[in-house]
Amino acid sequence: MTTSLVRIEDKLYQNRYLVDAGRPHIKVRQHQSPSSNLLALTLVCPANCYEVNEDGQVEITADGCMECGTCRVLCEESGDIDWSYPRGGFGVLFKFG
Amino acid sequence: MTVEKFDAIVVGAGMSGNAAAYTMANRGLKVLQLERGEYPGSKNVQGAILYANMLETIIPDFRDDAPLERHLVEQRFWVMDDTSHTGMHYRSDDFNEPAPNRYTIIRAQFDKWFSRKVRAAGAIVLCETTATELALDADGKVIGVHTDREGGIIHADVVVLAEGVNGLLGTRAGFRKVPKPEAVALAVKEMHFLPEEVIAERFGLSGNQGCVIEAAGTISRGMAGLGFLYTNKESISLGIGCLVSDFAATMESPYALLEAFKGHPSIRPLLAGSEIKEYAAHLIPEGGFKAIPQLFGNGWVVVGDAAQLNNAVHREGSNLAMTSGRIAGETIAMVKSRGRPMTSENLCLYKAMLDKSFVVKDLRKYKDMPALIHTNSRNFFMTYPQLLSQAAQNFVRVDGTPKIEKERATTAAFVKARSRWGLVSDAVRLALAWR
Repeated sequence: MTTSLVRIEDKLYQNRYLVDAGRPHIKVRQHQSPSSNLLALTLVCPANCYEVNEDGQVEITADGCMECGTCRVLCEESGDIDWSYPRGGFGVLFKFG
Repeated sequence: MTVEKFDAIVVGAGMSGNAAAYTMANRGLKVLQLERGEYPGSKNVQGAILYANMLETIIPDFRDDAPLERHLVEQRFWVMDDTSHTGMHYRSDDFNEPAPNRYTIIRAQFDKWFSRKVRAAGAIVLCETTATELALDADGKVIGVHTDREGGIIHADVVVLAEGVNGLLGTRAGFRKVPKPEAVALAVKEMHFLPEEVIAERFGLSGNQGCVIEAAGTISRGMAGLGFLYTNKESISLGIGCLVSDFAATMESPYALLEAFKGHPSIRPLLAGSEIKEYAAHLIPEGGFKAIPQLFGNGWVVVGDAAQLNNAVHREGSNLAMTSGRIAGETIAMVKSRGRPMTSENLCLYKAMLDKSFVVKDLRKYKDMPALIHTNSRNFFMTYPQLLSQAAQNFVRVDGTPKIEKERATTAAFVKARSRWGLVSDAVRLALAWR
């Protein structure tokens, strides 16, 4: 699994992004220990945006997000995350799609 | 922002949104289309295959200037295990016709072209604008949208929600629910660039002929999923998608899955030497007929992926999107021309017309398929592909074993894996779901 974690940065490096600095469009709500779906995102998110910190909580860095919505489908209803689209013009900008 | 009122606002500039905006603008309606991307297509991801017939209905002469990659002459269906594939290929010279039936396309380029047509038809297309919420009056009728631009509500008689599988507006307004994890697949895809002649040689193609491979089997590690390889002019679109519910249950990493698919001995030589230029991810509606939400209401309709209009069995989506967008546009133009209000009573015509089209008829035909695939994914995507691969190898390998013994061994393997009752039951359930 380590090799694929390394590779994701190479993959995302191919993409074009306009990051809305300081205004992340997805937020993880505060929690003591993550739900199973929230924890699953650390492996299932295709951009590897979710990570477990040293206290065992799940954090997000949404800069590489491709706005697919997988995390929204898994974790919005339960309240684990707040999900919006980036402001107009920001976020991933596919050259080919 | 202006204080003027539009006949219609279309949220999104994908296949369904462009079809709706074009259809309405072409009929003289005052149309505003909102797109959150820098340009139309910059947020859109698809395999992608374009089905000519449904675009022809909207723009008959699209072949004159649309950015088309290759017309398809060959379709390969592969069942894979870890070291092999068993294939059924269909290739026909009939597809080298004057007006070909299917093309590969690159969405960012195609959507820009489609959007130029929408503008030429008279619609206003506003990019870099994220619609954040529907604006409702006291009676709950949609009267416009809020955006992330300054200037408050943009007003319109009707809003066409062409906001994609992961659209926010309709779900925030409570018109439909966020898709369930078992009703959407997550697909990841890479663009592999190769010289045109290399692609032609590897797939036995000439001119603008194209080939696609669709593959199922151990590549999805028991999840309900599909891999694909589409030839473009100078690139290959390669991807794999599985149900989100299966990803969550197995904790498989989508890009590790993609890497393994790329490394499969049947795929690797087809990509050798390619330069990867993009990695994309997108959700695909998989819920079928039973997942179609309420399609219209007071002052709104929903079209395309946002309405779950995707035929997972035939892997058709963009044509259903385009057709639903066109029908919604025609409905709205008709209601307007009669001088009627954009109420639920009048907009229900959209659903009536959609029900009569191939869109809903096809989805109804396969209404039981998602449940079957979901509950039996390991059998259909792991056990059977392995059995089929063993059977194929057993059939072709010559090692002095008498054929009668080989056949017995194959039969015994199937019975051992699924039991006689299991085999019959799988076959019957599949047949019923397909019917």
